[in-house]
Amino acid sequence: MDETHTNHEKLDVAQAFKDSNIQGVLDDLDRELVGLKSVKTRIREIAAFLLVDRLRRDVGLTADRPVLHMSFTGRPGTGKTTVAMRMAQILHRLGYIRRDHVVVATRDDLVGQYIGHTAPKTKEVLKKAMGGVLLIDEAYYLYRSENERDYGQETIEILLQVMENQREDLVVMLAGYKERMDDFFRSNPGMRSRVAHHLDFPDFTLDELMQIAEIMLDQQQYTFDEPAREAFRAYVERRMALPDFANARSIRNAIDRIKLRQANRLYSGGGTVTKEELTRIDAADILKSRVFLEPPDRDVPIETTKRGETG
Amino acid sequence: MRITQGTFSFLPDLTDEQIGKQVEYCLNKGWAINVEFTDDPHPRNTYWEMWGMPMFDLKDPAAVMYEVNACSKAHPNHYIKVNAFDSTRGWETVRLSFIVNRPKHEPGFGLVRQEAESRTIRYTVHSYATDKPEGERYSHDGTGSAGKR
Repeated sequence: MDETHTNHEKLDVAQAFKDSNIQGVLDDLDRELVGLKSVKTRIREIAAFLLVDRLRRDVGLTADRPVLHMSFTGRPGTGKTTVAMRMAQILHRLGYIRRDHVVVATRDDLVGQYIGHTAPKTKEVLKKAMGGVLLIDEAYYLYRSENERDYGQETIEILLQVMENQREDLVVMLAGYKERMDDFFRSNPGMRSRVAHHLDFPDFTLDELMQIAEIMLDQQQYTFDEPAREAFRAYVERRMALPDFANARSIRNAIDRIKLRQANRLYSGGGTVTKEELTRIDAADILKSRVFLEPPDRDVPIETTKRGETG
Repeated sequence: MRITQGTFSFLPDLTDEQIGKQVEYCLNKGWAINVEFTDDPHPRNTYWEMWGMPMFDLKDPAAVMYEVNACSKAHPNHYIKVNAFDSTRGWETVRLSFIVNRPKHEPGFGLVRQEAESRTIRYTVHSYATDKPEGERYSHDGTGSAGKR
């Protein structure tokens, strides 16, 4: 746009909003993610802010690019990665990043194992993510307070440098548990000040988890009958009390196991089955879960071989 | 004397934006990019020093610009070039190579005559810059004291 805007010229916000196509992304977000009201509100706010900021720049008001680095805190399975992907789409459609790709990295991808290994490794990941979004999962592992010679510190320094000097090229999103991320930011004040938006993902409630389960089943063309729904509710309630409960991810895994049991039941029953039987999940499929065998107040994970999940 | 090696070398020096666009073209073609530098401008000097590792799986030219800038900061008075390697079977070669940085003063080349048997004369092209040891060939004030002859 040219420089001849006057103070009274009308700018069409609604039109700019429509042109950017972000409504589609926001709708997807609403549809895909159950609950998370506070997160969705924040994302709408950020989207609105970025849109207005772009309008301001179009008429030559500010030249400063807003800081876009974000931190997503919350327990596992609360939708942090999904939101990061959607956020990348929003930023892309508003023209803040050139590509809508998200590169996910953890400590293993960034930190080297010997002197001189870390910098090239970190830079390689950063370079792959450039133009888009770098999502660092469990970012607090980068900093180990008990070992001051840990190579993670080197990664943090390079990261800070790029976050500051190449804001146009890369948006960094940090994700992890709330308490540990707070610790991480406390010990790395430079990081805290370079992250503009802190989003906290609350745990899902029982009702929301049931809703999520119904959506997942619907996508895979299965249905609960009424007793099964009751049983599943009881299952989720017990499962939530276990220490390794991972919200939506646990629900997805539970459904996978329930599908196995349903298939097993149909198979061992023999004879003929109807289409309705193929889609229906019985209460029996759910009640066979190990969660119902154990007292619900156990402290230790039932299964230790596979991290984070029990059946 | 301005040396002309690689693509675009008869054009005025590329701006950062133009380099970015060329790199984007390479990335869209799926070529791997690397950055090389040298202070020996002889045309037969094929093997330049590598700046870091070749870069694979990049999505955006910003990553290459990051390395080009880092290299020219470390070697402001060297020749720096960007190479794009095509690994497609049948090609397996550098498809595009262009200079992105050159010393402020390029002393050029002299013709050296060697007297050989029975009045034969052998000619060779000698770069004035290489009279000095590696690393001192292009002085940092840009006056190019290497070409003192």
